[in-house]
Amino acid sequence: MYRYIVKRLLLAVPTLVGAAALVFVLMRLIPGDVCVIRLGSGGAHVDPASVEACRQELGLNNPLIVQFLDFLWSYFTFDFGTSMWSGQPVTHEIAARLPVSLQIAVMATVIAVAIAIPLGTISALRENTWLDHVVRMVAIAGIATPSFWLGIMSLVLVLDITYLATGKAWMPPIQYVSFWQDPIHNLSMVLLPAITVGYRYSAVTMRMTRSAMLEVMREDYIRTARSKGLLEQIIINRHALKNALLPVVTLIGIEFAFLIGGLVVTEQVFNLNGIGRLFVQAVQNQDNVLTQALVMLVVVIFVVTNLVVDLLYAWLDPRIRFS
Amino acid sequence: MTIIAPNRVAADLIDEPTDRKRSTLDVALNFMKRQPLGSFGLLIVVVMFAAGVLAEWIAPFDPEENDFSAMMEAPNLVHWLGTDQLGRDIFSRLVFGARTALIVGFSAAFMGGIIGLVLGVSSAYFGGWFDLLFQRVLDVLMAFPLIILALAVVSVFGTGVFNVILAITIPLIPRCGRVVRASALSVREVPYVDAARALGFSHARIVLRHMVPNVIAPFLILLSAFVGQAILAEASLSYLGLGVQEPVPAWGLMLQGGAEEYATTAPWIAVFPGVAIMLTVLGISLFGDALRDAIDPKLRDR
Repeated sequence: MYRYIVKRLLLAVPTLVGAAALVFVLMRLIPGDVCVIRLGSGGAHVDPASVEACRQELGLNNPLIVQFLDFLWSYFTFDFGTSMWSGQPVTHEIAARLPVSLQIAVMATVIAVAIAIPLGTISALRENTWLDHVVRMVAIAGIATPSFWLGIMSLVLVLDITYLATGKAWMPPIQYVSFWQDPIHNLSMVLLPAITVGYRYSAVTMRMTRSAMLEVMREDYIRTARSKGLLEQIIINRHALKNALLPVVTLIGIEFAFLIGGLVVTEQVFNLNGIGRLFVQAVQNQDNVLTQALVMLVVVIFVVTNLVVDLLYAWLDPRIRFS
Repeated sequence: MTIIAPNRVAADLIDEPTDRKRSTLDVALNFMKRQPLGSFGLLIVVVMFAAGVLAEWIAPFDPEENDFSAMMEAPNLVHWLGTDQLGRDIFSRLVFGARTALIVGFSAAFMGGIIGLVLGVSSAYFGGWFDLLFQRVLDVLMAFPLIILALAVVSVFGTGVFNVILAITIPLIPRCGRVVRASALSVREVPYVDAARALGFSHARIVLRHMVPNVIAPFLILLSAFVGQAILAEASLSYLGLGVQEPVPAWGLMLQGGAEEYATTAPWIAVFPGVAIMLTVLGISLFGDALRDAIDPKLRDR
């Protein structure tokens, strides 16, 4: 088991280095650089000498290969650098923005799983009944609806209802406060985004649960279990669901990993200062250090989630042994 | 490894000569009878296509023309879906937006799909270091959420329709390559590939003529999902201001700015573009599902 985890982590190294190289190259391909943007903001006259000095200071004049090796080496020593735009350590910048994105991702996952697994299972068990058709339509609509538009619609609805009820449109708060400090403030901010993201997420999961469940219910061991006279409840919970959940768990894991970085548009709609918007700002400001840190964070989350998913496999299916 | 024999519907779809020739009309009628929802989906797609192709003739107004005497008008007989904050006819903008969405959606999905198909099959066929390297590259690209990778590409190449297509194509390639490679691995072990090799056919011929047709079923299913994803991605990028640029009419762009601002005064500005996106992707998904049921014999009698 430990050997397996170590092996998997070692295998992740090429992926991380590859991702580092990719983001490094992409950032250098963008025309212009952070110095030109920082000094030229507001249409001011840009003094070539000060741009040069800024480049020198940020190390942008070093040969690319030196910059890349510096970048890799600093990550090996857990030094993630300071933002080229704000001068703050990137760990601070990210730590300030991560909680809201993380909370939405976790809540969306909980909402998705709570809706998708029971509904997907029922839909498969009552195949081709009206219940099945309704669930499938809800799921397919969830995939087709852009979650940012759903966000806009829910905001419009909330605004309209509060406007009609009180005469004054209510807007969700902008300043993020943790749940433990002020639960009502916190929830009024993240509940809508979590639901709109969770709906799409649950739709994908629901479809996967249904098709996996349909496949499993046709297996021989289900017939065996039935002929043994087991209770249907036990057959479903212990025999069918446990096997059907394997691909579902993979999907949940991958979607969760993508949510952290993929909330860009939702954060824009709800005006939340999360990781996604930080990423857009970092790219637009050509803040190489911050962009690289964010990309590496997303990739690390992806790699770790995949590992956790594979470990969950062993728990769900004892036939899987790690070697 | 089991090999799924291509069934007759699949054979028809890839236009291979079968011993029992059936006309296209027969196939279409059969599809409509078996897959009512899929046909409904296809109908939506056809209507959207018609709107996109014939936009100049369908749209009652110029999509870029401002009519300052008719700003934020509610849907009425002249402006069927109302006007936006700049007095532009929403229906006309939707019709022209269909063109943008379909051009971006289909080009990105087809380019990404076909590049992924050829790379995935080649990777499975050649194996060895090429396969190993290809897999590592896929791992890297797959670790990026689609929208993040697309954002980075747009930042490098700039905005505009063509660059948006490119930005959405690149993240789709690994997603296709991975699935196709898995199917192609099982095809590689079949005797006819050995036979083709023994006959001295070139690698290109074996890959394109012998292996690609046998992974076409999962590929087509994937492709239909890609079109929907690409349309959603284009809408998201345009909404962020990093996709198609004004004054080109695009659905994502129509939702940008002002949607909340006009929530109480002109909600139709935000409602209709979203409905258009939803309907289009819904149509494509329904059709894709039906296609999967028709192609995949394992799922067929469900």
